[in-house]
Amino acid sequence: MKKQSYQNYRIIAENICVDYNGKVALYDANLKLEPGQICGLVGMNGAGKTTFFNALTGFVNISKGKIRINGESLRSAQKDQTIAYVPQNEGIDCQYPVSVWDVVMMGRYGSMNIFRCPRESDVQAVKDAIQRVDLMDHLSTPIGALSGGQRKRTFLARAIAQRASILLLDEPFSGVDIRTEKLISELFIQFKNEGKTILLSTHDMIHVREFCDLVLLINKTVVAYGETSEVFTPENITTTFGGISPDVLFGPES
Amino acid sequence: MCCLGLSHDNKFLMEQLFLTAIDTLSSNPLNHEFGRTALLMGSLVAAVCGFLSSYLTLKGWALMGDAVSHSVMPGVVVAYALNLPISLGAFIFGVGSVALIGFVKQKSRVKEDTVIGLVFTGFFALGIVLVSKVRSSIDLHSILFGSAIGISPTDVNQTVLISILVILLLAAFRKDLMLYCFDPRHAKTVGINVIFLHYLLLTCTSLAAVVGLQSVGIILVVAMLITPGATAYLLTDKFDNMILISVCSAIISSVIGIYISFWFDLVPGGSIVLSQTFIFLVTFLFAPKYGIFKFKRLITGKNFNV
Repeated sequence: MKKQSYQNYRIIAENICVDYNGKVALYDANLKLEPGQICGLVGMNGAGKTTFFNALTGFVNISKGKIRINGESLRSAQKDQTIAYVPQNEGIDCQYPVSVWDVVMMGRYGSMNIFRCPRESDVQAVKDAIQRVDLMDHLSTPIGALSGGQRKRTFLARAIAQRASILLLDEPFSGVDIRTEKLISELFIQFKNEGKTILLSTHDMIHVREFCDLVLLINKTVVAYGETSEVFTPENITTTFGGISPDVLFGPES
Repeated sequence: MCCLGLSHDNKFLMEQLFLTAIDTLSSNPLNHEFGRTALLMGSLVAAVCGFLSSYLTLKGWALMGDAVSHSVMPGVVVAYALNLPISLGAFIFGVGSVALIGFVKQKSRVKEDTVIGLVFTGFFALGIVLVSKVRSSIDLHSILFGSAIGISPTDVNQTVLISILVILLLAAFRKDLMLYCFDPRHAKTVGINVIFLHYLLLTCTSLAAVVGLQSVGIILVVAMLITPGATAYLLTDKFDNMILISVCSAIISSVIGIYISFWFDLVPGGSIVLSQTFIFLVTFLFAPKYGIFKFKRLITGKNFNV
């Protein structure tokens, strides 16, 4: 009965805590996301956004709490390629000698054999993914020669090629051109219709209102969580950002 | 008169010099059994280290490579003394040093590079102390500076075995390691065992240090583990090419180094590493895309864009 209810959610995080050698980075954080939902993760630098992502990808171990992905453990979610992580541009070594094709092919590694020999289906998946982010002209371009926006799209294509049902995006709109921003927002709508669940962190409050059904405000723990229209209030934002008024954050027009 | 005599002497001297030079350059290592072994083993070791160096330079593990290669010293000595395979001793101390580095870093406020320097010099010193205690069976000089030319048949067998093992491991996990060095978080997310890959890379580094120390010695083995990779990194934007270039440049410098040491009676370790450094220097200056003078721009006179 309980298991059944877990399966209705893409992501369930219950009271998760993460500490780095005794230094608490995140405590008692909860999150429940259903298929097709887009959730914004908002908080200051050092508020635990990246830690939250790390916990959901299994990159750091949680010291307390429980994570269920499609009703199953994190380990089996990793085996099934359920979660895709799209890193911040700053988090990538862009001088690394790989091409767009190589990076997108990395999305298929988990489902290939041990020597990672691409099958016909893998090649097709990679092609399709690159087409969707409109980078067919750059198949063999080294990632160092791409613009910030193109690089972001490359990593999005990797997530698409992986055929993950959950996408974790770290600052998807930072440092990208208008064309990429438009393409990403179109992709978000497609992903939503395909039933994928998206959790994205952002500094841009306008993007939250524009794309996110739900918003999760964090500052070491959850400050507020719920429908964007209800939760994304000036009071909550002020609390999240440690007393800085939302006027400063939104700019004069809001 | 006097002038004539001197010029006659000069002519004689020049002739002598010329003959000596011919004599030196025609003394080919290939004509000697030990020379052939040295060239063959040198190339094999270079291939192993060159392969690995691509990963170490991309991962940013140059200092780690230095640490591991120095830390294997006590392991080599203990293994010699107890008549165990030196690879085993090297492996234990190589991986042990890394574990210790991780532990000290985690439990203290000392910065990582300090911890690395602290741990590996400690291990190295332990090795030197141990050598002086069991002096009879080991030649400190050949461990420190290598003995590419005086390599023994048992060493040959072990070197070949370890080299093939490392090459097979690296080749089998080539793509996984490439992904691990690039984006470990993605690797973890798609269910690839990153802890295994971490230790695989460390294990290969300790094993490469063991075979590398035979040809260039423990002090310089780190050059074998980083210079070819650095050279290749300046020449290509494709991963597979990087490995290929790295391996080739390592083999070429190893062969050149051994020839030079043969001709001029130098320590082969030094001349092998110097050849590598020289190749890096030329690349650094004239690499088509990433060199200071961008060779292609020099010959075409145009700005070179890719």
